[in-house]
Amino acid sequence: MSQNAKAADLKVDDQKTKAAQPMNGADLFIETLKNENVEVMFGYPGGAVLPLYDALYKNPIRHILARHEQAAIHAAEGYARVSGKPGVVLATSGPGATNLVTGITDAMMDSIPLVVFTGQVATGVIGTDAFQEADVIGITMPITKHNYQVRSMEDLPRIVHEAFHIATTGRPGPVLIDIPKDIAITVGSVEFSDELDLPGYQPNFKPNSLQVKKLRGALAQAKKPVILAGAGVLFAKASEELLQFVEKMQIPVVNTLLGLGGFPADHPLCLGMGGMHGTYAANTALYESDLLINIGARFDDRLTGNLAHFAPNATVAHIDIDPAEIGKNVPTQIPIVADAREALKKILSLDFEAPQADEWREKLQKDKKDYPLWNSETDEGISPQRLMKLIHDITDGDAVVTTDVGQHQMWTAQYYGFNKPDQWVTSGGLGTMGFGFPSAIGAQIAKPDKTVVAVAGDAGFQMTLQELGLVAELKLPVKIVIYNNMALGMVRQWQETFYEERYSQSLIPVQPDFVKLAEAYGLRGYVVTTEEEAEKVMRETLTDNEPVLIDCRIKPKEMVYPMIAPGKGLHEMIGVKPQ
Amino acid sequence: MKRIVTATVLNQSGVLNRITGLFTRRQFNIESITVGATETEGVSKMTFVIHVDDDRTVEQVVKQLNKQIDVLKVNDITEQAIVTRELALLKVMTTPQTRAEINVIIEPFRATIIDVARDSVTIQVVGNFEKIEAMIELLRPYGIKEVARTGQTAIKRGSQRFVSESKQVSILN
Repeated sequence: MSQNAKAADLKVDDQKTKAAQPMNGADLFIETLKNENVEVMFGYPGGAVLPLYDALYKNPIRHILARHEQAAIHAAEGYARVSGKPGVVLATSGPGATNLVTGITDAMMDSIPLVVFTGQVATGVIGTDAFQEADVIGITMPITKHNYQVRSMEDLPRIVHEAFHIATTGRPGPVLIDIPKDIAITVGSVEFSDELDLPGYQPNFKPNSLQVKKLRGALAQAKKPVILAGAGVLFAKASEELLQFVEKMQIPVVNTLLGLGGFPADHPLCLGMGGMHGTYAANTALYESDLLINIGARFDDRLTGNLAHFAPNATVAHIDIDPAEIGKNVPTQIPIVADAREALKKILSLDFEAPQADEWREKLQKDKKDYPLWNSETDEGISPQRLMKLIHDITDGDAVVTTDVGQHQMWTAQYYGFNKPDQWVTSGGLGTMGFGFPSAIGAQIAKPDKTVVAVAGDAGFQMTLQELGLVAELKLPVKIVIYNNMALGMVRQWQETFYEERYSQSLIPVQPDFVKLAEAYGLRGYVVTTEEEAEKVMRETLTDNEPVLIDCRIKPKEMVYPMIAPGKGLHEMIGVKPQ
Repeated sequence: MKRIVTATVLNQSGVLNRITGLFTRRQFNIESITVGATETEGVSKMTFVIHVDDDRTVEQVVKQLNKQIDVLKVNDITEQAIVTRELALLKVMTTPQTRAEINVIIEPFRATIIDVARDSVTIQVVGNFEKIEAMIELLRPYGIKEVARTGQTAIKRGSQRFVSESKQVSILN
């Protein structure tokens, strides 16, 4: 932040003189983006944003033309998640804006900083059901951190500056700005100001010392402490501090789905992911703990299982920058409203006494050894679990990996082994099919030199596969790995487990030839049906600098285990051991 | 249980929509909302009377309201020394015989008749929720044609000496 602020300071004088020239709202819009150091934006033009796109033509900022607005915003999410910078999206009014709704909600649920611009019909006809008019402010009010409609051209620089500030500070999230067409063509002279006047928005970064002392006391008493590390650790860039704290105090760590990589998966104190498809050791640790320290996780229901049975004997400490998350789902005795990094720095500075927890650690290490993740040993196709280990090995565990939602997502979370922050992009809270592939495009744009692997199910991939065109156009070396089981795998798994194998609408008998589909866009495509073939193709194609699509025929009936059935507690896992 | 929560908000367009939308989405039950100007230009005050099941829900209401960018300050003032007032207008059926009776009934409530027609009177009454309920009950036998109520608005008393502040929800510095 501070570096950005400095860079902005240096640019202010320059910008002021430029902006004070008379210009129209559209040109001013581009200047405001440059003032925020926007390097790339993701969008799709249309009638109401013609003036904005015209201004972009004359005064370019790199613009990624997705083939669908939904893909544009998912790409912006992938970009934001991997780069740490806000994703910027531009779409037209009406259908352009409504196509963004899924991505905005996804970003809201997973705290991804986005600044989304939508065109709007001219102010004079707002409310008359004009062509391509939609009440975007009303529609997006509950799915944005904040939203604005620009009512006067003079307000534009202030609103844009506030939007970037709100999106990227505190708990990150999407902010939307709706720009009526007439505002874009109004001419005026406006000066920029970097001052912010947001009396109702003052996120609290520093922890309360009284609560930190309470945590210190609780830790000294604890016999069974556990840390739950969420995505807040990643957003706050607190991985280093977390590692120091854990090693000093020797407390075992459970990662949330979105928090993977915030604490290294290969660390001896890492118990793996908790929750519905978490490890036995992780869930048992949460269930049996007497002190649960949540750092930047929001106690999502997929993590906690039945709340009545969640950590029944634990004192709960919760570090979160968003006070509304504390006590929302789980009663919390030690609330610490703070940035995860600031809180951990404070805790490290105070020289806490390590808890006496040798027995606890030994027990959990034994759980880890006795109840590892497992996969079935039938030979009807590629083992999805071994396939993920293979991808890990070939990419040295260093790739950026993106997924949709479902079985392939869980196998990736379980088996890739994320050791570093910001290499994991997934749709957690909203659980959006079609997210993985476009978000990989955004991630690749943010990190051109990294291997980016988009893992997708065969069904989810078909929701946004039109972006093969974008990959071909930009020659992005995105590696698309399709976990193909000819089904909506997770839906099928639930139908098998809870609906007596009534596979209602979850099997997809007709698919495109994915190889030919890739070739139609001028890309390489492969289909692999055995693990040997998969290994051969992946060793060749995951390591080079070209895009590739690999259709992997995985075991069609493989299930994700272990599992906690809906309504059950973390102590009621099924499929812990091979049946 | 019933709680009274006040919020000062920036008077931006859509702010009421933001807040009522929040109540709907989070399944908070509102009995009444009042909104009006404050001593500061551009700042409005809202008073909510809400029904919640437990303290945790009211804590969530306060925190979720606080999260809104346009919301400046939120207080659950239920347990504090406060004055609450509501204005009600009642149209009551009358006959020449009952008109005088009604006058006698409303007098102790310091209510006034503000409109008279051949077969009805309109009465204005100001007071707390219970007082207005009590007067409506007394007038019901005469036939109430219409009721319009503003909902409660509230303000803290100037002196808070005798009241514990334990209900304040704040975990910030």
